[in-house]
Amino acid sequence: MSGLRLADGGGPVIPDFGHGTACLRDNHWFCTSWVHEHWGETLQPALLQHIYLTLLAVGIGFAISFVLAIIAFRFRFLGPPLGAVSDFLYCIPSIALFLLLVPVTGLTVTTLVIPLVAYTLFVIYPNILAGLRGVPPEVLESARGMGFTRRQTFWRVELPLAVPAIMAGLRVATVSTISIATIAAVVLYYGLGGPIFEAISQPDIFRTELVAAGGLTILLALTADTLLTLLQRALTPWNRQR
Amino acid sequence: MPTEAAELVFDEATKVYPGRDAAAVDHLSLTVPAGEICVLVGPSGGGKTTALKLVNRLIPLTSGYIRIDGRQIGDYDVTELRRSIGYVIQQVGLFPHMTIEGNIGTVPRLLGWQKQRIRERVGELLELVGLDPEKDRRRFPAELSGGQRQRVGLARALAANPALMLMDEPFGAIDPIVRARLQDEFLRLQQELRKTVVFVTHDIDEAIKVGDRIAILREGGRLAQYDTPQQILEHPIDDFVADFVGRDRALKALTLKTLGELELSPATEDGLPRLPADTSLRDALAIIVAERRDALLVVGPDGSPLGVVTREDLLR
Repeated sequence: MSGLRLADGGGPVIPDFGHGTACLRDNHWFCTSWVHEHWGETLQPALLQHIYLTLLAVGIGFAISFVLAIIAFRFRFLGPPLGAVSDFLYCIPSIALFLLLVPVTGLTVTTLVIPLVAYTLFVIYPNILAGLRGVPPEVLESARGMGFTRRQTFWRVELPLAVPAIMAGLRVATVSTISIATIAAVVLYYGLGGPIFEAISQPDIFRTELVAAGGLTILLALTADTLLTLLQRALTPWNRQR
Repeated sequence: MPTEAAELVFDEATKVYPGRDAAAVDHLSLTVPAGEICVLVGPSGGGKTTALKLVNRLIPLTSGYIRIDGRQIGDYDVTELRRSIGYVIQQVGLFPHMTIEGNIGTVPRLLGWQKQRIRERVGELLELVGLDPEKDRRRFPAELSGGQRQRVGLARALAANPALMLMDEPFGAIDPIVRARLQDEFLRLQQELRKTVVFVTHDIDEAIKVGDRIAILREGGRLAQYDTPQQILEHPIDDFVADFVGRDRALKALTLKTLGELELSPATEDGLPRLPADTSLRDALAIIVAERRDALLVVGPDGSPLGVVTREDLLR
């Protein structure tokens, strides 16, 4: 089902606000009764899809970024070209990228995930690389002097010390993915973008649905950011301010 | 590698960095007897740090040999060699993400010690370097002062009981008061542990204080003189060394002896300034000058008078 419905024909179209209460008939900004009635069939599934989409995109993006960052870290000369690719991906307008993929991957979740993953690379990859490269030289020198192998230095020193930078990248990537994912509804009614597009495609904008779905998106972003911040604190007890 | 103190020999050790004409360390030959502190000192560009890092192969030798208890360093597996040598650097380089316990236990963990043994060893070392074995072990480096961090650095280097310690300006980044205290504690530890130590500094006073022997390197990494502090102060081999140790070398030589080492005359006079027997001759002279006296009363640890020294005795 397409999320984008255009009003067809001329003349004023009376929006179908359902068997409405006065609140709905007057198209108020927020009608609790509608939200209550449509939670189970519209909002909750959209929210769960949105969470799923975000986890999938950030998870895949993180995995790819991690591998690329290790390669660029190990082979320094590959850093600039890999950085250029991730910058380039980020420069493609998201709506264009979603629509460009439709002929290739069809109206599937894959079509939604690919552009989202591409955007997370831009944020996560450079953060991992900067974190790995930011380990103080005296720490590396003492590790080498004490007889760490190259591999031990990476897993026991460089990677743990990169965690704050990696987590910062993950936070930005997650929050921006939650927001960009709403645009994915241009191709597929999926996630919180679905109800948002549904609401704004009504000639008069269905305000309650817009506010409810938009609000859930914001709430989801704030929650994710808080959880990731807590996770970062738990992972880096040494980094806490005195 | 033996865990008793090892003898360290530089034999024509030479380092030329790629693309440079001049050597950084030029045919350096010297022997550090087991259990002694050898201080490498000299102006910058003298190759002190390079010479130190040749030993644990952080920098590869260009030519010549370095032997630890007769065995060439090139014959060891490089990680095995480094794990068996204590290494302390000026910036300490503690692992910020590990607790003090984790930091000190680093080499024992690499060597595969049992957890319980590591825990005990960490407690032992914290006590040895004057930190709290219970409270401090769970703290992170960021919670410590510079002096405390350097103590942890020293404890970490000692953890696996190495036969040889390499110390690169270990007290260089610490304020003078704490530095003096750390030097004293380090010397007290050394009385007990008797490690072979190579100690790099650019500070001749520190070299005189901590060194059993001092190697003075000049620009281009050439050895100018290798001798005891006494010999270097009293008989500098050339103008470079005399210049480097300074015009006050006669005064510096006074820091090497204490009042207790002098022959004292029986106490007759009253009202003389009283100084403990372990006061250096230099400090004693400072007091004689400051208080315009001709003599001092030397007292034992319990305050009992041991005898009198005169200004002439000090300057003899």
